[in-house]
Amino acid sequence: MLEKFTLKRDYYAGGLMLLLGVGAAVTGSGYKFGTLARMGPGFMPVVLGVVLAFLGILIAGTALGSSEPDDKKFLPPNPQWFGWFCILAGPVLFIILGHYGGMIPAVFACVFVCALGDKTATYKSSLVLAGGVTVFGVLLFHYLLNIPFQLLRGVNL
Amino acid sequence: MISTAITDLWYGFGVALEPHNLMYCFLGVLVGNLVGVLPGMGPVATISILLPLTFGMQPVPAILMLSGVYYGAQYGGAICSILLNLPCHPPHAVTCLDGFPLTKQGKGGTALGITIIAAFIGASFGITEMIFLAPFLVKMALEFGPAEVCSLMLVGLLAGSTLAKGSPLKGIAMTVLGLLVGIVGSDIETGQPRFTFGITELFDGVEIIALALGMFGIAEFMNSINNTEAVDMKYAKVGISDMFPSKADLKLAFWPMIRGTFIGSLCALIPGTGPTIASFVSYATEKKISKTPERFGHGAIEGVACPEASTHSSVQGDFIPTMSLGIPGDTVMALLLGALIIHGIVPGPQLISQHADIFWGLIASFWIGNILLVILNVPMIGLWVKLLSIPYRYLYPSAMFFVCIGVYAASNDMFQVGETLVIGVVGYILLRLDFHPAPILLGFVLGPRFEENFRRSLLISRGDLMTFIERPISAFFLLICVVLVAAQIYVWLRKPKVIEEEKAIEAQVPATPYSELAG
Repeated sequence: MLEKFTLKRDYYAGGLMLLLGVGAAVTGSGYKFGTLARMGPGFMPVVLGVVLAFLGILIAGTALGSSEPDDKKFLPPNPQWFGWFCILAGPVLFIILGHYGGMIPAVFACVFVCALGDKTATYKSSLVLAGGVTVFGVLLFHYLLNIPFQLLRGVNL
Repeated sequence: MISTAITDLWYGFGVALEPHNLMYCFLGVLVGNLVGVLPGMGPVATISILLPLTFGMQPVPAILMLSGVYYGAQYGGAICSILLNLPCHPPHAVTCLDGFPLTKQGKGGTALGITIIAAFIGASFGITEMIFLAPFLVKMALEFGPAEVCSLMLVGLLAGSTLAKGSPLKGIAMTVLGLLVGIVGSDIETGQPRFTFGITELFDGVEIIALALGMFGIAEFMNSINNTEAVDMKYAKVGISDMFPSKADLKLAFWPMIRGTFIGSLCALIPGTGPTIASFVSYATEKKISKTPERFGHGAIEGVACPEASTHSSVQGDFIPTMSLGIPGDTVMALLLGALIIHGIVPGPQLISQHADIFWGLIASFWIGNILLVILNVPMIGLWVKLLSIPYRYLYPSAMFFVCIGVYAASNDMFQVGETLVIGVVGYILLRLDFHPAPILLGFVLGPRFEENFRRSLLISRGDLMTFIERPISAFFLLICVVLVAAQIYVWLRKPKVIEEEKAIEAQVPATPYSELAG
């Protein structure tokens, strides 16, 4: 009996849906609900939120009922903290450097940092890749497609 | 009926052969073929990246190009499966089972040659199906009122979420989540901002490109970083001369191709069963009716021909519900529907009459595109094989650059890049909890139209929910929904043998280092 109550991944899954559903329904109830004939903007959010919460309960419920083994770990067997960090740092740098520096530093930093996330990458290989992509990207997006994104802020290239 | 189809098609060829349109069709299939070959890249992410670049274009070349990426990727995907045993594109996963043993026997070229023939036959049939079926569906759909449209969308959403892989319950949850994400922004009738949390950038809603690239780009990279094995190129040596199959092989493969084509075109008509399911069903069927089932899995040429033909006919047939009814069957179609809307085209039954150039031009371009792909694949096979050896550590940072700049270019707003990042992290969490993100996109694209039609139909009926059952066509669609749900409950409770057999085949397919998002 006891092992039935060990944590399963599906409990997290169901719980997350329940949370999102209740959240949506509560937020949605702040808008005008209206009647069936004249629905207000709050009708759909509330209904969908309730449905999602109900589905969350069902997901967790079926996990309770099934005897199939389910690994209870949320993280993959070999978590890649550094890799994930690099992947997420890429777009962050793109936003910051794109805003203050322009396209060239943004692209270069984004690719360089992303590339470092791979186990086999070295500073040199990442630099070369970042340089190559930057040159290609500038040629394609700036000169060929003319997207409005200054190459270097404050410098007219 | 046939004569009007031929005049329409003639007109379509006129549109598709305009140099400008032809160029973009070629560009589309070329890029599609390229990303199809690259392990870890998929048509969904590629179409999302290309989408903002089409904003300045006319709608016809834009749609031709984006569609070309989808069916072009199917040609490339088979190469990966057959030569490397890497099922990086779900519709071609089953091709590994017999394709790779053939490669080990030194017959990889023959397998590829058969694949290309099967692809062309399958695609041609799928296109023909579209020519005759789409106008017929439109005739029916023109009678639909808001109640019917609503019920039909419900069928599409339910089928899309329950028939796909993984837990159907989780699929439905993802669809509802997608519908909720679709609500973000100003309400169309009252202008009331919903779920915007005071962020002005969200008043126009969540950007479809940000959603697709977060879910299918960033989440995908997080999933596969340092998780991919080095590609084994030991067997991947193919020259042009190896690609022409012998007469005996052709004879062996002919009927499986026809059967595969047929199964694929049937699967295309059932909403929610895309090319992946078609390929598995056709492989299982072929193995069952074969006189020598023991050869399957050890390099049977039929095991390559049949699923490949069904994949391609299903891919072309996939466009039927999207273009004639405005109801997409899978993620790629949802994205293309989004592209149509962005280009100011209202999807639905009126599309064929109001935008004949898009519809018939698209059909004609399918044929041109498929011929181009056959031409591209035979002489350039050496180049595609070389591309296979590009390691993932060079691919994902470059792809990340395209994601960032693609999202930025959509509205010249850095906020969208941040939005994509947040969606990517959420997408990875959902992925770890075994949620499949494809239905989110379906729900997101259909959500606003579903709400609009739901509101309108209840306004007409003065708040009477019975309107959905009293109108016969709408009642019929609701009945299909009930059957879909009942079938899922039956499968869950009784676990029928057919499903178990299919699972057994799925278990044989080599584990992919990339998640199944790529397709």
